Amino acid sequence: MVEWMKVCITAQGPTPAARVEERFGRAPYFILMDTSTRSFEALENRYAEAYGGVGPKAAQLLIAHGVEALVSGQVGGNARDVLAAAGIAMYVYRAGGTVMDAFEKLIGNQLERAG
Amino acid sequence: MKIAVVSGKGGTGKTMVAANLAFTLSLTRDTTLVDCDVEEPDLHLFFPASETSLDVTVPVPIVDEKICDRCGKCGESCQYGALTVLKDRVLFFPELCHSCGGCTLACDKGAIKEGKMRVGQVTTSHPLPRLTLITGILDEGKPLATPVIRAAKERAAWADPVILDSAPGTACPVMETLDGSDACILVTESTPFGLHDLRLAADVVEMLGVPAGVVINRSDGNDGTTRELCENRGLPVLMTIPFEREIAQIQNQGRLLCAVRPSWQKDFSSLFSECERITGGVR
Repeated sequence: MVEWMKVCITAQGPTPAARVEERFGRAPYFILMDTSTRSFEALENRYAEAYGGVGPKAAQLLIAHGVEALVSGQVGGNARDVLAAAGIAMYVYRAGGTVMDAFEKLIGNQLERAG
Repeated sequence: MKIAVVSGKGGTGKTMVAANLAFTLSLTRDTTLVDCDVEEPDLHLFFPASETSLDVTVPVPIVDEKICDRCGKCGESCQYGALTVLKDRVLFFPELCHSCGGCTLACDKGAIKEGKMRVGQVTTSHPLPRLTLITGILDEGKPLATPVIRAAKERAAWADPVILDSAPGTACPVMETLDGSDACILVTESTPFGLHDLRLAADVVEMLGVPAGVVINRSDGNDGTTRELCENRGLPVLMTIPFEREIAQIQNQGRLLCAVRPSWQKDFSSLFSECERITGGVR
């Protein structure tokens, strides 16, 4: 029984075959996945190269898309504050594998929860 | 006449040059010295005196949660990620705010008012009969130096002459200090790092259109490469200060070269005349 319906995984490319991007705010892509249908949607992060404030901007994008849980490697302080205030759960993945691998580990309850 | 003392590389001797120049000028006329290195001002070490102080504040948004309908327009308009609109409230990150006022304009419900956030202070002192020292001090933890530099400069707006001691480097604080200056003294040392960063500083003054000259500090006599760069860039070498133990000792004691060795006053007077010359005349 999976806790979350809509999850987001930070990625280096626009598909679940892409490698997971460890950084949240500057991730090139956000892969949104539905845990029941396993369908995915890729969002390009247009704030990735911004000078600053990328954490809150990225968090805002997730909120706007109804994301309930995030899987990433590192989440900065400001982003963490926004995600926590919005009630989005945070899970850590640093194994260096693909988005699909992170997804399977999440629904298999193998990831550590960080917030 | 407003003269900004700038360097590419840090530690070349900006404060030493600014302090001695202002001291020398103040012997014969009312002079204002502005410490624009607001993250670590140090002119007060050479000119200790009692100070009066004024707060520097910047405008920040205050969201009236009773009027706000969470439309999200303010968050969208913020280029810096300082405002995030959640379902139940608006989150504000003051350290990301650049006080542009865009959010206040974007809100069409009148839910955003302007409040004030303190970011630093400007102190004024009179260490010598004809010398006014204005020091900008950025509060610890505050990320933006430019509003404090602007406030310090404003205190000297009608003064003449004004010597501005800049922060090292070529980033925003230096640009802010240079903006509106009539002339710029680039202080350098004849080392590879000094040369590299002098090039960057020369790019900046050229781009801003501020007439500039170079002071070579801690010279060991082998300044060929530096002088060649200056010639190529059309930068006159206004003064050369030798690498001498005694000068370093005077500096380290927090004393002024021109006070301990009055013969140097002639050189710093000439430095000022040279600055007047490169701006095309006395102002």
